[in-house]
Amino acid sequence: MGILEVKDVGKRFGGLQALGNVNLSVNERTCHAIIGPNGAGKSTLLNCFVGKLIPDTGSVMFDGQSVLGRTPYEINQMGISRVFQTPEIFGDLSVIENMMVPCFAKRDGSYRLQGIRSVASETELRDQAEAMLDEVNMLDKRNMNAASMSRGDKRRLEMAMCLVQSPKLLLLDEPTAGMARADTNNTIDLLQEIKDTRDITIAIIEHDMHVVFSLADRITVLAQGTPLVEDTPDNIKGHPKVREAYLGEAH
Amino acid sequence: MLGLNKPDTRLLLIVIALVAAAPILLNPFPEGSGLAQFNAGYPDLMQRFVIFGIFAIGFNILFGLTGYLSFGHAAFLGAGSYAGMWMMKLLSINVIPAIIFSTVIAGVISLLIGFISLRRSGIYFSILTLAFAQMAFSLAASVLTPITGGETGLQTNLNDPRIFPEFLGGGASIDGNIPKPSLFGIEMTASYQLPLAGWEFTFNWGYYICGIVMILAFYMAIRIFRSPFGLMLKAVKSNQQRMNYTGLNAKPYMLACFVISGMYAGLAGGLMAAMDPQVGAERMQWTASGEVVLMTILGGVGTLIGPVLGAGLIKYFENIFSKINDNLLHQWFAFLPDGIEDFLVTIIHPFIGKGWHLTLGLMFMAVIIFLPGGLVEGGKRIGRLVRKSKDTAPDGKTNPAE
Repeated sequence: MGILEVKDVGKRFGGLQALGNVNLSVNERTCHAIIGPNGAGKSTLLNCFVGKLIPDTGSVMFDGQSVLGRTPYEINQMGISRVFQTPEIFGDLSVIENMMVPCFAKRDGSYRLQGIRSVASETELRDQAEAMLDEVNMLDKRNMNAASMSRGDKRRLEMAMCLVQSPKLLLLDEPTAGMARADTNNTIDLLQEIKDTRDITIAIIEHDMHVVFSLADRITVLAQGTPLVEDTPDNIKGHPKVREAYLGEAH
Repeated sequence: MLGLNKPDTRLLLIVIALVAAAPILLNPFPEGSGLAQFNAGYPDLMQRFVIFGIFAIGFNILFGLTGYLSFGHAAFLGAGSYAGMWMMKLLSINVIPAIIFSTVIAGVISLLIGFISLRRSGIYFSILTLAFAQMAFSLAASVLTPITGGETGLQTNLNDPRIFPEFLGGGASIDGNIPKPSLFGIEMTASYQLPLAGWEFTFNWGYYICGIVMILAFYMAIRIFRSPFGLMLKAVKSNQQRMNYTGLNAKPYMLACFVISGMYAGLAGGLMAAMDPQVGAERMQWTASGEVVLMTILGGVGTLIGPVLGAGLIKYFENIFSKINDNLLHQWFAFLPDGIEDFLVTIIHPFIGKGWHLTLGLMFMAVIIFLPGGLVEGGKRIGRLVRKSKDTAPDGKTNPAE
């Protein structure tokens, strides 16, 4: 029984069957990659995990509880954090403030009115936030305005914001999209370290095979909304069906 | 001090000092001098400065922190005024219950309006608040006449059934006059006149009570800005999607913010009624809502002191600048040859007196274009310039020596 159990999930947008009968099981403390050509339904599937979309059929169980019908913030409170394809951070705030928001969310839940205490007096949370920033080598950028950073830094900040909540499941939506090779390698190293040092499950959607084969313990190949194969990276590499899905049937 | 960091404490102390010294600072010109009419140090106007300061501080908590632009805050101001009036009519002429009740009523109304309006964001939110405010205005002017006095408005009367006439020292006047709003027997209109050389300074009780309330309101605003709650509100403004996926429910934060902001408006309305016990529905009109938007933007959105400065500036223009008339201009330009004098007066005429809105509009445009951060940004730029010239000054001294 995996930490994330997806059963018979189907989703239709008008005439388009985006997902049809997806079955998937992500085991605890593994890195599970979901790959597939453009339009395979990877992002749609991910959106079904976090409450952005509600599938028409099937069920999504996280840690023994259904996530369907829950809002994104409730699902986050259950222990799922998500990194977006384009970094979603608080651009108007400083880096350290960006980190404080998830710290408060983790400690105080989805809503707690604290209008009198000052943020500056929350030394425990700030230490937490700074330790996390140190881990992603961003401590020196603590007081920078988040919007003014490079895309790579924004991505790292977003990842740090997710990790500081110590989620059980980290969802990554193409974390290296649009990155230079060096940045991509840094991200791989960072994710590898996270994987090795933390009690965390990672589900990753990725186009870059280099990333996928460096990190994933298991890979699901999605094509036209249905899982084609699920196997270990070594077996996936030479799988004829995968080649077919990626290169097209004409070949 | 008081849970504030050093710069915030300094800012608070500056505000306290300014409020305390305003009757002197705003009266820089001696009585009888040609410029005496630019003195703003009379109780009526000073009260308006601080009351609209409170209004704008509250508006800025909503607009400055969350970016939600409400066009209906005058409704809360008006509701607060009516509530305060009724307290003074029914309970006691003491202003404390009036102020408390006006804040509470405005809070309840803003809870209702906020609950519905906050279903939408951006322009739709603004339109919803505007619609509610206009409804409130129409109701106050017509349907709710038994409560609001309709078009004539609401005043304190001699035969008001004050249940506790002597409550906390506020009794009906023995001489049969309509009692004036008071605090433990001290009437709001009571003043102490201090003639000093050519000047005459007026220290008014009502003003100082409003001033103290404004300082408290300002202090509360600082605490909110620096609190986790304030941080969440900034997060709402910055990226609601990220906030949602970070496990935070933006709705209750927004609603709490809207209610706090509405209560500030109600507090201002209550003080207005306490200073001048008559309310009309026009206090709720959309122009009044627009005015507080102008004040906040002019002073500096999202800054602590900006809204207060903006409120002061607009009220100064409304009350002082509007008094300049052609006769006065002729006096000023009397030293010029007649033709030029008349020409200048004709040119300036549209911008003064009743045309003060025109000047204000031009000033507003200038601020928006050149100082998007409002007066506060202007102050910061000047500060930076001063610091720069200070930094370079020692170099300038040493270079020639070499």
